Amino acid sequence: MTEERVTEEREQVPVSTARIDVSGVTTAATTGTRTEVNTVFECSGVDVYYGDFRALRDVTLDVAEHEVTALIGPSGCGKSTFLRCFNRMNDLIEGARVEGTVNYHGVDLYQAEIDPVEVRRRIGMVFQKPNPFPKSIYDNIAYGPRLAGARKSALDDIIERSLIRAALWEEVKDRLKSSAYGLSGGQQQRLCIARAIAVEPDVVLMDEPCSALDPIATGRIEELIAELKTDYTIVIVTHNMQQAARISDMTAFFSVQLNERGTRTGELVEFAPTSHIFTKPDDQRTEAYITGRVG
Amino acid sequence: MTVLSTPVGIATSAADTLRRRPGADMAGAAFKWLLIGATVFATGFLAVLLGVMIVDGWDVLSGNLVHFLTHGFSQRSATDAGVWQGIIGSLQVALVTGVFAIPIGIATAIYLVEYAEGSRFARLVELNIRNLAGVPSIVYGLLGLAVFVKTLSGFTQGKTVIAGGMTLAAMVLPIVVITSVEALKAVPSSLREAAYGVGATKWEVLSRQVLPAAMSTILTGTVLSLARALGEAAPLILVGAATGFLRFGDANFAETFTGPYTALPVLILNFAQQPGDDWGTNAAAASVVILVLVLMVNGVAIYLRNRFEKQW
Repeated sequence: MTEERVTEEREQVPVSTARIDVSGVTTAATTGTRTEVNTVFECSGVDVYYGDFRALRDVTLDVAEHEVTALIGPSGCGKSTFLRCFNRMNDLIEGARVEGTVNYHGVDLYQAEIDPVEVRRRIGMVFQKPNPFPKSIYDNIAYGPRLAGARKSALDDIIERSLIRAALWEEVKDRLKSSAYGLSGGQQQRLCIARAIAVEPDVVLMDEPCSALDPIATGRIEELIAELKTDYTIVIVTHNMQQAARISDMTAFFSVQLNERGTRTGELVEFAPTSHIFTKPDDQRTEAYITGRVG
Repeated sequence: MTVLSTPVGIATSAADTLRRRPGADMAGAAFKWLLIGATVFATGFLAVLLGVMIVDGWDVLSGNLVHFLTHGFSQRSATDAGVWQGIIGSLQVALVTGVFAIPIGIATAIYLVEYAEGSRFARLVELNIRNLAGVPSIVYGLLGLAVFVKTLSGFTQGKTVIAGGMTLAAMVLPIVVITSVEALKAVPSSLREAAYGVGATKWEVLSRQVLPAAMSTILTGTVLSLARALGEAAPLILVGAATGFLRFGDANFAETFTGPYTALPVLILNFAQQPGDDWGTNAAAASVVILVLVLMVNGVAIYLRNRFEKQW
């Protein structure tokens, strides 16, 4: 079923939707009022603690299906921490605790009977630094499907499809068995995207996927994100405000507040359509940040 | 107005200040020579040691080597005595040591790093294991005598290869655990995150990513710890390595594990205690033999490291 969907939409979606507008205001996202969309994540009152330290306070926002939701804000504002709530990646950090509710299609991800492994299969992730496995290009992508029980005969197809989808196929099709470490940084990151979508997730989380890449590689990843959102819901953390403006439909601006105890807690300041955030933000702090006066 | 404020001034001062000054980095040069000196001393010391052993043992190594390597101990004369039983005994003891120390040590390390990570219990255990690595080997000999020879005599049959091997296993266990812990901690967290990110369970992350990545370091460390066990005499004497000739009779290989045994370091001690220069020659020759044995074990370590370290 997914196979059909992928090929069908590849023909229909013109590459021009991936146009990059360097003026700073997105074109794709300013198509007017948002149409009726399904909600993938409903977060309400999300707090994250590392031990006693409260890293993030009271975040409430919804993520819509087939949209790119960008999380922006200064360092330490908790945007990456928040991103990791969506696939329970925070579970891996000693002493991390999530309070409030993160609903995924109406299911609370933090109920006791939810298996975090299954959550991560459906909600894939791409990390800040490209982190391919020390294996061949082929085995990197095959890793996830193999775990999920994909049959050997199906693997070749999955790998070709994932690489095509991640716009890497033409560059690597003749050297699938060679090391993933031989690829450039940008190619490695696209490989990581291919690896994430090979298990056919519903959502792809991206944690500053371009911060280690040069502008050309960044441009290719941005094009890719614009294409991927036809199939996937994407939540992306970025330091680069122009990037958020170019690729996202919705933007959440986080800020950091100094407490009386001297610790810093992140909070959500404003969550709105990207065009709104970048043209007439409601909050002073958002405006100060996006115009470069703060941060 | 300073010199740097006019173009001419900048040019003049550049010509002055950019030139190499002799003696500008004396401390750096001195430090380098200090390091070279230390290296020469360390390697020179080893070379002299090796040289002395070979010279002292030359009569046996050149004239009587085959007999020396293939015969057991003999009280009659130095030329009759050989180290065959010591070689076999040492290898058997090392085998038993490896069988017990390697799986238990690696399993302990995996638990400490991957399951009990950061807990107070793990930190306490790790600290204690690090201290255990510094305990003198003779203490492990006493432990072996009390536990493996006496208490567990039903299993070890008293003063046998198995008891000796288990004693040395207890001795090298802390080293195996520590090197394995370090190897596991050195696996980058990005690798774990990548695997978890595509929906791997803890077991899958461990068995298919973390362990393969850490394996070459773990194996190198553990094999080197076996080399250390090969050279130990003190604990083995306490747990009953014989210093004289052994009569195996028609015991088969498996039965020798629960029989009396000797080991190369113990034989060296015995040779050295005999009166007369020719016994001293034997001791030196046996030392060369044990060195070669240890070098061979280290060779295995290097081979394993290259084998597991894939060229990715």
